[in-house]
Amino acid sequence: MFPLGIEPYLVGGIIIGIGVALIYLVTGLHATQSSFFTTTLSWFSKRKNFQKDKNLKERGWRLTLATGLVIGALIHTLTLSPTGFWTTSVQLWRLILGGLLVGFGTRLSSGCTSGHGISGLASLSKTSLYAVIVFMGVAIVTASIVQMLGVSP
Amino acid sequence: MNKRNIIVLIGGILFGFGLSYSGMTKQEIVLSFLQLEDLGLIFVLGGAALVGAFAINVLAKYQKKPVLGGEFNPRRRILSWKTIIGAVIFGIGWGLSGQCPGSAVASLGTGNLPVLLGIAAMFVGAYLKGLLDS
Repeated sequence: MFPLGIEPYLVGGIIIGIGVALIYLVTGLHATQSSFFTTTLSWFSKRKNFQKDKNLKERGWRLTLATGLVIGALIHTLTLSPTGFWTTSVQLWRLILGGLLVGFGTRLSSGCTSGHGISGLASLSKTSLYAVIVFMGVAIVTASIVQMLGVSP
Repeated sequence: MNKRNIIVLIGGILFGFGLSYSGMTKQEIVLSFLQLEDLGLIFVLGGAALVGAFAINVLAKYQKKPVLGGEFNPRRRILSWKTIIGAVIFGIGWGLSGQCPGSAVASLGTGNLPVLLGIAAMFVGAYLKGLLDS
C-alpha cells in the first residue's frame, strides 16, 4: 500500500497545510488554485464573465500564489529532492485531454483538490466533502480503466 | 509588493515545496494512487486539511480577525448539480492525466515542461466554462 513509505506524503501534506494556514490567518484568503485560471483569463478576455469585479480583485494575488508554487517546487528540487529536475513520461495526449477536462470541471464545480480537498474540508464544508468523494471516486475508476486498456504511462 | 501579497508568496512557496516534497508534482505518483498501488496521497490531502482545519476552526477563533484586517470566512459553497457534474468531469481529467491545478503549476518548478501543455489545456477548459455562462 505504501511502497515509498508514509513520511514524504505526511510531511509534504503538513508543509502544504502550514502554507494554507499562514495565508488564511494573516490575510483571511483561502489559498485555492483552480480560480487562478479564470482570474488570469481576465487579462486576456474582454468578455463580461471574465471581467467580473471578483476576478479583477483577485487576479493579482492568485498569480502571486501560482508564482510561489513554482518557486517552492524549484527550491525543493534544488535542495532536498532525491531525483532533482524531472520530466514526466505520461503521454502528451493524456496531459492535454486531461488538462482540458480538469480546467472545465474544476470551474464548473467551483473547486479542485485544493479548493474542495484542502480548504473546503478544512472549513468543514459538506458540499466540498461530496465533491471530493465524487472526483476522487471518478478519478480512481478512470485511471484504473485507462491502465486496464494497456495505456502506460 | 504589498504586505498581503508577500504573505501569499511565502505561503505559496511552502505550498509548492510541500507538493514537490510529497511527490504530487509527479503525475506518475498521482496515477499510482488513482490505480490504488500507493495510497500515500491520502496522507498529503489529510495532513494539509488537518493543519488547515486547526487554523480555520481553532486558531482563527482565538485570533478573531486576520492579522492584516478584514474578516475570517470559512470556505463554504452551496451544493448544486454544477458541483457534482463538475467534480465528475474533473475526476475524469485527473484520472486520465494525474494532473490537478496546483500540482501541475508547481510541477513547472521541477523542470517538468510537458505539463505546460496540460496547463494550457486547463486554461482552455476554464475559458470554455466561462463561455458557457454567457
